[in-house]
Amino acid sequence: MDLAWLAAGIGAGLTVIGGGLGIGKLASSAMEASGRQPEAAGAIRTSMIIAAALIEGISFFGLVICILLALKA
Amino acid sequence: MNFPDSLAVADTLEKATKNDSGWILHHIMDGRTLDFEPFGEVHIPQFPLLFGLDITPTKHVIFMWLSAILVLITFAIVASKYKKTLIPRGFVNFFEVLIVFVKDEIAKPTIGKGFEKFLPYLLTVFFFILFGNFLGLLPFSATFTANIAVTASLAIFTFFVTQAGGIMQHGFLGYFKGLVPHGIPTALLPLMIVVEFLGLLTKPFALAIRLFANMMAGHTVILALLGLIFFMGTYFIAPVSIGFALFIYLLEILVALIQAYIFTMLSGLFIGMAVHQEH
Repeated sequence: MDLAWLAAGIGAGLTVIGGGLGIGKLASSAMEASGRQPEAAGAIRTSMIIAAALIEGISFFGLVICILLALKA
Repeated sequence: MNFPDSLAVADTLEKATKNDSGWILHHIMDGRTLDFEPFGEVHIPQFPLLFGLDITPTKHVIFMWLSAILVLITFAIVASKYKKTLIPRGFVNFFEVLIVFVKDEIAKPTIGKGFEKFLPYLLTVFFFILFGNFLGLLPFSATFTANIAVTASLAIFTFFVTQAGGIMQHGFLGYFKGLVPHGIPTALLPLMIVVEFLGLLTKPFALAIRLFANMMAGHTVILALLGLIFFMGTYFIAPVSIGFALFIYLLEILVALIQAYIFTMLSGLFIGMAVHQEH
């Protein structure tokens, strides 16, 4: 019975929930803003990709910790 | 320090079928052999010790050399063509687009005035990481940016360039005094000093982990999806598995570009915040 594997799995799932929610909210407001003002779509798309990469970076912190847990097991 | 020994195809097959996932890490981590899986492998010979340190090049070191040589050759060609004519064609034109992109979208907005001093560093970091990420997508190659030592070194370079830029602009004590923003109540001062000082250290740490985790995760997912074929032990999962792996592979191309851009942009941002502390 190895709890480290279980912890890694649950941690990875929670990390994905957090990252998915964050990027989903970001994408929804980007879509809304592009719909309101199609001329700004290019600038909005660039900022959206930057913010998405940063949020993904945070979720990868959690991923690295889960991988460390799984490797220790 | 022990580097993992090389595993032949049969060993990988055996491990994957038995649901032992060490083979995924073997394909991503550093090692002393260059694997050309069905054709054999090249074992890198041991170099003599230099001042007691083991300087044998490993797989990632060789790919770093390759990326550095490619960057040097590319920019030598671009610079020499620019001496002859200001209107580039073809190969040089393509790199002009990227260089102007780094100058106008990354260096100028983030650093502002005086960005020319830092432009060589930003260009070097951008193209080194970009070529490294793309090299990792070729067959029989390794992604050296998926190595925490490499990304940590790049983040340390950014840290040094940032501090050097800030200290050259504001003087040694002036730079550290300028870290703490103006006009905060004196009660908060000790806390703000600690927070700002730690912030200096966490920013390069985040840079290193972001690049490392993005690159390692992409390759891990592809390898895990393909390993599913061996784990399930049937041919029927192959189309699904390869389809998903292909999708993730295309995503990896996008992520390679984006991560090089994000690393360079955040480096520029930190340099800008250190040099123009008034903002």
